[in-house]
Amino acid sequence: MNHRILSLVMSRLLIAVITLVIVSFAVFFATMMLPGDTATILLGQAATPEAVAGLRTAMHLDEPAIIRFMRWFGGLVTGDLGTSYANDMPIADLIAGRFINTLKLAGVTALFSVPIALTLGITAAMMRGSLYDRVVTILTIGVISVPEFMVATSAVLLFAVYLKWLPALSIANEVHSITDLLRVYAMPVITLTFVVSAQMIRMTRAAVVETLNTPYVEMALLKGASPQRIVLKHALPNALGPIVNAVALSLSYLLGGVIIVETIFNYPGIAKLMVDAVATRDLPLIQSCAMIFCVGYLILITLADILAILSNPRLR
Amino acid sequence: MTNLVEIRDLKVEAKTDSGRIVEIIKGVSFDVAEGEIVALIGESGSGKTTVALTLMGHARPGCRISGGSVKLAGKDMARLSEKARARVRGTEVSYVPQSAAAAFNPAATIMEQVIEITRIHDLMPAAEAKSRAVELFRALSLPEPDTIGDRYPHQVSGGQLQRLSAAMALIGDPKIVIFDEPTTALDVTTQIEVLRAFKAVMRKGGIAGVYVSHDLAVVAQIADRIIVLKGGEVQEAGRTGQILSNAKHPYTRELLAAFEPKARGAAPVVSEARPILAIENIVAGYGAVQRNGLPLVCAVRSVSLTVEKGRNLGIIGESGCGKSTLARTIAGILPTSGGRVIFDGQELAPSASKRTHEQLREMQIVFQYADTALNPAKSIEDILARPLTFYHGMNGPARDKRIAALLDMVQLPGSVRHRRPAELSGGQKQRVNFARALAADPKLILCDEITSALDTVVAAAVIELLKELQRELGLSYIFISHDISVVEAICDEIVVMYAGEKVEQLMPSATGKRPQHPYSQLLFSSVPKLDPHWLDGLERDPELVRAYCQR
Repeated sequence: MNHRILSLVMSRLLIAVITLVIVSFAVFFATMMLPGDTATILLGQAATPEAVAGLRTAMHLDEPAIIRFMRWFGGLVTGDLGTSYANDMPIADLIAGRFINTLKLAGVTALFSVPIALTLGITAAMMRGSLYDRVVTILTIGVISVPEFMVATSAVLLFAVYLKWLPALSIANEVHSITDLLRVYAMPVITLTFVVSAQMIRMTRAAVVETLNTPYVEMALLKGASPQRIVLKHALPNALGPIVNAVALSLSYLLGGVIIVETIFNYPGIAKLMVDAVATRDLPLIQSCAMIFCVGYLILITLADILAILSNPRLR
Repeated sequence: MTNLVEIRDLKVEAKTDSGRIVEIIKGVSFDVAEGEIVALIGESGSGKTTVALTLMGHARPGCRISGGSVKLAGKDMARLSEKARARVRGTEVSYVPQSAAAAFNPAATIMEQVIEITRIHDLMPAAEAKSRAVELFRALSLPEPDTIGDRYPHQVSGGQLQRLSAAMALIGDPKIVIFDEPTTALDVTTQIEVLRAFKAVMRKGGIAGVYVSHDLAVVAQIADRIIVLKGGEVQEAGRTGQILSNAKHPYTRELLAAFEPKARGAAPVVSEARPILAIENIVAGYGAVQRNGLPLVCAVRSVSLTVEKGRNLGIIGESGCGKSTLARTIAGILPTSGGRVIFDGQELAPSASKRTHEQLREMQIVFQYADTALNPAKSIEDILARPLTFYHGMNGPARDKRIAALLDMVQLPGSVRHRRPAELSGGQKQRVNFARALAADPKLILCDEITSALDTVVAAAVIELLKELQRELGLSYIFISHDISVVEAICDEIVVMYAGEKVEQLMPSATGKRPQHPYSQLLFSSVPKLDPHWLDGLERDPELVRAYCQR
């Protein structure tokens, strides 16, 4: 690794940090804009003006917004996420278990969807123009166009209601064996794989097709290389940048965009926690969940950018 | 004795975008004997590359070998299965591409790609292949033969890549090598080294070759026999000397005529020599301005020149010497970082956006690629109408009349006005490109490599047109090109540029041009001549070559 790569990677990381600060600012002030006064809502019927004023002072709600932001951001940096308004538990404790559940679901989905998507994308590119390519293309466009609640509800109808193969709800805590694992994760994973694979397939196919049209691929063909060798040795290494980016974008969806799937299958993940937090006006919890989504997204995108930098031979 | 290659009545079909099937090779037949180098020559679209690729059983996407046979050492490449063809490629017949820079995979080292043929066909262990490759690097007189293979393609120069691609083709010990315009993308001074290296290696190994080119002079140096193609048919075939001295076919004669020195003729008599354009100590470049006031990458360093009214100035130099940047600077597209541009007695603002309407009108620029300079979505009429409205406020019938007159000036039929650029040929597009500049009624036209993308015969016609228009309209041209013969044909004075500097100013019409500067001498002596013995007889000062041909 040389000096230039190092400085490029460092500057990319610095940009990530700056983005994070801006995002936290946006998250904080966006949640501030939620309608209703927190103290009044928390006190409910006991909301006398004195009690509301007292609670506001206790919760620092009467301080200027910028001071509260600094206090909150300082807490974030030192790992103190604050306490929940709704049930007075530390937010870190509330999130921990849920976050692991979400990661499990995301991990299992990635494990299935990435290899499937790459294989389909690359083979479609190799056989571009063929019947196989057209079938894959039509199916992926079809899947993109169907909303995920449709896929999820259809899966429940088919596998849980008619065939009765799988439970309709995914309760992650009841996993004791491999079969349990398969039964619990099957439907959410299938639904999510449908949702995230389509884009990866399209991007992979486009990136590989583009490199397959280059003169160096024709050169490889004229050297007598087999189609497998042409794709693996010549086309793929040069298509890596866009593919990694497409994968990162799709996977980031698994962290923040799974609200519908978690709700339909009643899966105890972090997205569902956030939806519940909105219902109870639990600002610190909402903010922390939002920050986790943003950080996850940022990490994936930054990672993809760094991989693209490293895979660029001109920087070697 | 049977021939190594026997092509009989070869036909290739292509499918156009609209789904029509056209025959692009219409029954070509020829032979190549063992160890013989045969050149396929013709303009773009003549099918020369298509024919050469059928020797490997390959047709570009959209094309199909539809008839005839291509026998290579007894096997008919047109009938073999794809697997059987793959076995022959690289071992019996191999390919040197037109642009080595594009034909090397940017993500792998050079050595990996040079010895890839031995891996694919399992010819020899990797270590042996590597030492063989190093031998080939040495035979092709590449610098640092032992380590050059460890580099990536972007780390070596274009001329070196071209020789490396020859090493890549020769590693599998083929019986025949196809060279597809291997020196077209190179500068003339580099081209000589590459040609010499190719010739030496081919002679030594007794390898047969098919050399595809549009340049008769280059082909004369390396080929034993020449086959002239046009429109997918063989026009004439014969030994090199015979074709050069005693061509039968009119098309071959036309090609040869393009090489005859066309003196500019007497410079037009100008009553009072008045400079139309004078530039003084122009500095221009790209990137942020540094503390010393110069741009990060300086492309033009302190160049001064003058163009007199009604006379033409040529600027020659190799790729990267700053000649196009100079044109862009004069036109104000790229503002100068220093120096002055004086046009018709007035100093111009550095940036085009600060120049007056009249100043913009009087100086027009014509770009190299008409394909990219003309908006593909507009009809020719719209393209020409825009400057007429913009500069002259013309509308309605007056504008229509003017468009007809402009098309007439550039010798295009009036029927093209409703077509779009994609429906015209390369030469026609360049004429439209030029007519657009004429629409402004300029005094000076900057021509940036306007004939470089055209075939020799078409380019000669465009040059003739330019001369004629000059006589009629009293224009002045600044003519930028890397092709010395083109510049000599039209210019009264020639400026030679090297590495951003003007090294010399010459008068080609003066008795016997004698370049004084060593670089101009090298440049002028590197232009291939039709004489087949020119390359072997050419002696160049190795010191000079080293000093000026690092690229």
